[in-house]
Amino acid sequence: MIIPHPLLGPRDSSEFVYLGDASLIDRPDWQAEDAAEAFHEYAYLRDNPAGEHRELWYHEGGDRSWLVVTRNTMTHEISKVELARDVARAQGRSK
Amino acid sequence: MHDLAAITALGGSEPRVDTVADVTCAEVPGVALASVAARSGQEAKAQKALAKLIGVKTPDIGRFAGDPVSAFWTGPDQWMVEAPFDSHEGLAQQVKDAIGDAASVTEQTDAWTRFDLNGGRVLAVLELLCPLDVRKMAEGDAARAAIHHLGCFVLCRSPGSFSVYGPRSSAGSLHHAIVTAMKSTL
Repeated sequence: MIIPHPLLGPRDSSEFVYLGDASLIDRPDWQAEDAAEAFHEYAYLRDNPAGEHRELWYHEGGDRSWLVVTRNTMTHEISKVELARDVARAQGRSK
Repeated sequence: MHDLAAITALGGSEPRVDTVADVTCAEVPGVALASVAARSGQEAKAQKALAKLIGVKTPDIGRFAGDPVSAFWTGPDQWMVEAPFDSHEGLAQQVKDAIGDAASVTEQTDAWTRFDLNGGRVLAVLELLCPLDVRKMAEGDAARAAIHHLGCFVLCRSPGSFSVYGPRSSAGSLHHAIVTAMKSTL
């Protein structure tokens, strides 16, 4: 599988490490009233879609950037790759 | 005053040089290094200060530039600054003085070891060592890649002349991998 890195161009997936669902970016507020429940959902509950899936990949054998890769789990077709920091900042995080 | 004998990363008193056919792998100990990571929101300021320090425009993605103090791109808003050790022993402090609070600067001199690979068929050796498309690398290109499971930097000084930076603590393993690749290829 080839991952088109937004800065470095096409790179082999063996250079990357897979972390998991891109929703891991959305860490809940630990001070909120429902923090225990929110963290249970955050840590344990995942969708397992047959189709498009947004996931976090780490370019360990390259520039060490975190990426959000939109991949079809049935065909391995990659439709979108973004820097995770851009995704997080667009959501108002990591300021 | 202590009278200690300086040794290279491979443990010798002189830098190691290995030649197989027309390719030479030479240990290069005399380099000072410092890493620069721009702080959030101060990327432009850090780039400008770094450009002033190296005397040319701050290198773009996957590039290096500057002489005698040069910098290569290591990641988004991150660079490694390299200079001759004899003239720039306190490089990290010099970089910090130049950039100030716009970036975090870390001394890296003894964290890395450098091997220079030269020769006609050096591309064949590098192809065996790392997943980079080295035939497409031009003068001034720098990339990070895994060599022998070690995170290394590969710099193309000119066609047929490359520098490889690897972790100093694994200098022996990296040297073994390079020389093995040279013997298998050539």
